[in-house]
Amino acid sequence: MQLVIGILEEGFIYALVSFGAYITFKILDFPDMTVDGSFPFGMCVTAVLILNGVNPFITLPISFIVGCIAGMITGFIHVKFKIRDLLSGIIVMTSLYSMNLRLAGRANLSIFQRPSIFKMVNVFEIGSVLGAFNRVIVLFLIVILLKIILDMYLETKSGYLLRSVGDNEILVTTLGKNKESVKVLGLALANGFAALAGSIYAQHRGSFEISAGTGTLVIAVANVIIGLQLTNVFRKMKPTTSVIFGSLIYRACIGFAMFLGMPPSDLKIITAALLLVVIVLNNKKYKKLVE
Amino acid sequence: MIELNSVFKYYNPGLVTENCVFHNFNLKVEDHEFVSVIGSNGSGKTTMLNIICGSIDIDHGNIFLDGKDISREPEYKRMYRIGRVYQNPAMGTCPSMNIIENMALAENKNKPFGLARLIDKKKIDYYRNELKKLGLGLEDKIYIPVGSLSGGQRQAISLLMTTMSEIDFLILDEHTAALDPKTADVIMELTDKLVKEKNLTSIMVTHNLRYAVEYGSRLLMMHQGEVIIDKKGDEKKHMQVKDILDKFTEISVELGN
Ligand SMILES: Nc1ncnc2c1ncn2[C@@H]1O[C@H](COP(=O)(O)OP(=O)(O)OP(=O)(O)O)[C@@H](O)[C@H]1O
Ligand SMILES: [Mg+2]
Repeated sequence: MQLVIGILEEGFIYALVSFGAYITFKILDFPDMTVDGSFPFGMCVTAVLILNGVNPFITLPISFIVGCIAGMITGFIHVKFKIRDLLSGIIVMTSLYSMNLRLAGRANLSIFQRPSIFKMVNVFEIGSVLGAFNRVIVLFLIVILLKIILDMYLETKSGYLLRSVGDNEILVTTLGKNKESVKVLGLALANGFAALAGSIYAQHRGSFEISAGTGTLVIAVANVIIGLQLTNVFRKMKPTTSVIFGSLIYRACIGFAMFLGMPPSDLKIITAALLLVVIVLNNKKYKKLVE
Repeated sequence: MIELNSVFKYYNPGLVTENCVFHNFNLKVEDHEFVSVIGSNGSGKTTMLNIICGSIDIDHGNIFLDGKDISREPEYKRMYRIGRVYQNPAMGTCPSMNIIENMALAENKNKPFGLARLIDKKKIDYYRNELKKLGLGLEDKIYIPVGSLSGGQRQAISLLMTTMSEIDFLILDEHTAALDPKTADVIMELTDKLVKEKNLTSIMVTHNLRYAVEYGSRLLMMHQGEVIIDKKGDEKKHMQVKDILDKFTEISVELGN
């Protein structure tokens, strides 16, 4: 039971990062390393704010905004100085590491004793059987809310323009729009999602940890790739929905590996192996389509 | 009015592969002129269109649009007033979006891309009607991703899309080259109709001498970055495919083949 709850909780949190990765990796074809920095940035900002007595719910939009700013800086570096996508992200990610240390004053902060969105919302009585699901419910509601907002956004003119940049940059120019600013917008949104996820993650585990961001992009990309596999089977499924499922499936695989006795230190290699398997399978299928 | 004033364009300056495409190039296209441009491969036709649209920088000279110097303006700003169809049918549309979505994007050109919904269900009949005018049966395929349509169908949609917003100039680069003869004729006919309807100032590059002679109000022939034939008015009307072929032969003789 504890295992399932853990899978759902972490799956939902990382689904938020994956929404961002869907925008950058899938729509814009931009491998954005910034998220490895903006995820802990969201954690850090949240921990500091909560320690200073700010309402936990207020930390969510604030984290989103600071994440957006980080993404905008990456985008700006990329389009203005013509620096490669991966490198632009790494530059910002690296500087965020120091920023986080500066902001927190040290490599970790505990907010375990402090208020959090999870402590503030309890659908079921604490201590009851269903009480164990309280956090899952909060996370589920947040994920669904953001999924709906993102779906709605992608149907707007701005959302369509974002999709066009990934689809055909030249068309965006012929529409009289600056494709560079559209890319910056996409990166901003994606990192907003990552920092928001970081904020929730910090409140979930009750701490900020400087190294918590390592591998965020890889996980998010794995989630997106697994999720989009589902849309091949369930054609009517919205990409955002499939990304949520992708995240849950990924977590389930990790959870299962740990259940079988893999030590937590092997987690990253499991992640890497899983991503490799998914990509290889994915490529095989493409080949089949071409042949 | 489009004006190119003593334009110099070098590719790869300073390298062994340095290539001077334009050396003091001048051209003036009057309002509502429809210029067809022909010329051998590598004569600089595409480069000229890219220079006008701002897809590439020039080394010297000025470009004017209605008297305004746009030489320093980025490409996307120049496109406010210019519509463009490329030789490659894939360049004018978004492949993963369907016809309606593509048309709605095009219709929103020069308007803000804000948080309003892009697709207005009430407009679908209008889109369908516009497609019907093409006579290619596309009105029955409106929910198919454009990427899975044929090149000719995509090119027809691209052309339609450029004329869905208020533009003054139309730039066409061999836009019928990838099409079968029959579809090419359909698209060419449509181009002519749209240009006349909207009173556009147009430049059309083509390798089809018949189109160059039959359509347009002015004919240019380019060779090695220079204009070697420039006919308009009655002179243009009396031009025949044979006259152009003669000129082509003359050029190759000069080059020693
Ligand atoms: N990106 C580039 N780098 C270097 N040289 C180029 C580049 N683009 C074009 N050129 C050269 O500039 C010259 C003019 O090319 P351009 O594409 O304008 O010719 P064109 O008249 O459009 O030919 P075609 O009829 O084959 O389309 C050619 O000699 C070509 O090799
Ligand atoms: Mg060309």
